[in-house]
Amino acid sequence: MADVALQPRTARRPIREASRWDLIKANRNYLGFWFMLPAMVFLVLFLAYPLGLGIWISFTDARIGRPGAFVGLENYEWLWGDSIFWLSVFNTLLYTSVASVIKFAIGLYLALLLNENMPFKAMLRALVLIPFIVPTVLSALAFWWIFDSQFSIISWSLKQMGLITDNINFLGDVTWARICVIFANIWRGVPFVAITLLAGLQTVSPSLYEAATLDGATSWQRFRFITYPLLTPIIAVVMTFSVLFTFTDFQLIWAMTRGGPVNATHLMATLSYQRAIIGGVLGEGAAISNAMIPFLLAAIMVSWFGLQRRKWQQGENND
Amino acid sequence: MTDLPTQRLDLKGVLSGSARTAAADDHSVGMSYLESLPRRLVTLYLPLGIIVVVLLFPFYWMALTAIKPDEQLLDLNTYNPFWTWNPTFKHIHKLLFGSYYPLWLWNTMYVAICSTVLSIFASVLAAYAIVRLRYRGAQWVGGLIFLSYLVPPSILFIPLATVVFQYGLFDTPFALILTYPTILIPFSTWLLMGYFKTIPFELEECALIDGASRWQILTKIVLPLAIPGLISAFIFCFTLCWNEFIYALTFLTSVQNKTVPVAIVNEFVDGDVYRWGSLMAGALAGSLPLVILYAFFVEHYVSAMTGAVKE
Repeated sequence: MADVALQPRTARRPIREASRWDLIKANRNYLGFWFMLPAMVFLVLFLAYPLGLGIWISFTDARIGRPGAFVGLENYEWLWGDSIFWLSVFNTLLYTSVASVIKFAIGLYLALLLNENMPFKAMLRALVLIPFIVPTVLSALAFWWIFDSQFSIISWSLKQMGLITDNINFLGDVTWARICVIFANIWRGVPFVAITLLAGLQTVSPSLYEAATLDGATSWQRFRFITYPLLTPIIAVVMTFSVLFTFTDFQLIWAMTRGGPVNATHLMATLSYQRAIIGGVLGEGAAISNAMIPFLLAAIMVSWFGLQRRKWQQGENND
Repeated sequence: MTDLPTQRLDLKGVLSGSARTAAADDHSVGMSYLESLPRRLVTLYLPLGIIVVVLLFPFYWMALTAIKPDEQLLDLNTYNPFWTWNPTFKHIHKLLFGSYYPLWLWNTMYVAICSTVLSIFASVLAAYAIVRLRYRGAQWVGGLIFLSYLVPPSILFIPLATVVFQYGLFDTPFALILTYPTILIPFSTWLLMGYFKTIPFELEECALIDGASRWQILTKIVLPLAIPGLISAFIFCFTLCWNEFIYALTFLTSVQNKTVPVAIVNEFVDGDVYRWGSLMAGALAGSLPLVILYAFFVEHYVSAMTGAVKE
């Protein structure tokens, strides 16, 4: 289109001085504010404000439908003498520590196995992650059925093998119920640990192993002095997440036992739901969930130090 | 800006085992030839087989229960419980046509998509601003967002319930659509920050010189290059929404508004001994959409998961 090219440019604007408004428009702080606005609105309205509100509610005697009056530390004092609360703290610590340790052990082992060369590697890795994808509640229901007191497939299999004579009352017995919920939690958590550690393992250069083998290192020594140190940073982060989410777990317990039998599987989260929403005593429930904060802070500190350590390990002096 | 692409974990290679992973470049055999087959059978295939069977058994059991006739479900002795020769679609039929299940599926989908879209929008802007605008205090804000990722829903649900009630959102889908982003935004911002960092700065400088505004740079240069990251964030957020339980349990009360996880736990669990078939059918139908999504985007999914912990 030659005519177009030949047309004189009439409407060319003269270059003008940058006005104050132009400067503001290009200012990174001003732009940053507008870019951050949507995220900040959500996080302030529905995260920071409720977090503060939760602490305030725990100092009041609020109930559902009635804003409470300030009662000071009364809720906490009441919890201090409440044996069910202490039982739930014990359960939470037991649940978190046992599940996390086993998740870590099996997860690391599975990651090492998946890192080997074998046929159908990609498919196996994809299959392993499925328990993590499926909503917790739905898989917890499957476990509820597997651990049914009358029609449990496990009881049936053990009976067929002649190991037991009566059905095991999986979710009705205190010890068994704890074992079952911990097992279900491990089952769901292992894929996450395994796949993230696998991602870390794949960054380890195989020449390190070859060199160590030439120097006569055994497979344990190769793991202990090559794999483990190089994996420490990612282990720290993965385990922090794992501990955090196990500690505050709610849905698995709620779908499987609702805290029973005789509160043996009540975690702090489920107890606070029961007291606050079902019982209607918001103040006390908020106090229970706030009691989790010190533990969470401890976990976050560990994470932070883990991250720091990661930075220097990735530094150039450390190769 | 020392975070060079080469130092990052190669996320895509995690599942395929290929690509540029350190373990796979040009000596793909590694040292495995040193081990004999019988030894590998015992040390590798056997334990791996056991773990995979344990991990997948509940799904098999779920699926089998969903198609077994009632009398076979409760009679373990006359029929082999591990298989059935006369599958029935009775439970699934009851689920689809005798309950609100399709409505619950729709609710879940609606809430998940809306809050995911909202969160991705907010996170893209926030991540871009933190990584590239680097306004004053951006580092701190990045740290705060990471911290907010660590605030679990189980300590927020009580005050949030009162907040939701005050805003008049109680028992509406908006109660969830507006609260889920608090879980999703920290995660996806953190993930997208990692992706944006890998996009060369020079591209943006060129665009700035050519007179592009920040908004144009974001939509025309950064976003097209960050599409894998966006897909990862989207899928992972969607899965998190689908999986969320405690908010949905607390903020919704009427049967028609519930999401799948909550509805199954509350509406299907009654005293009926024959409930297992439809319960498992419901659990299966609630899991399938995610599993199908996962099957199509395995690599994105893994990169989202590992991306969340790598930074």
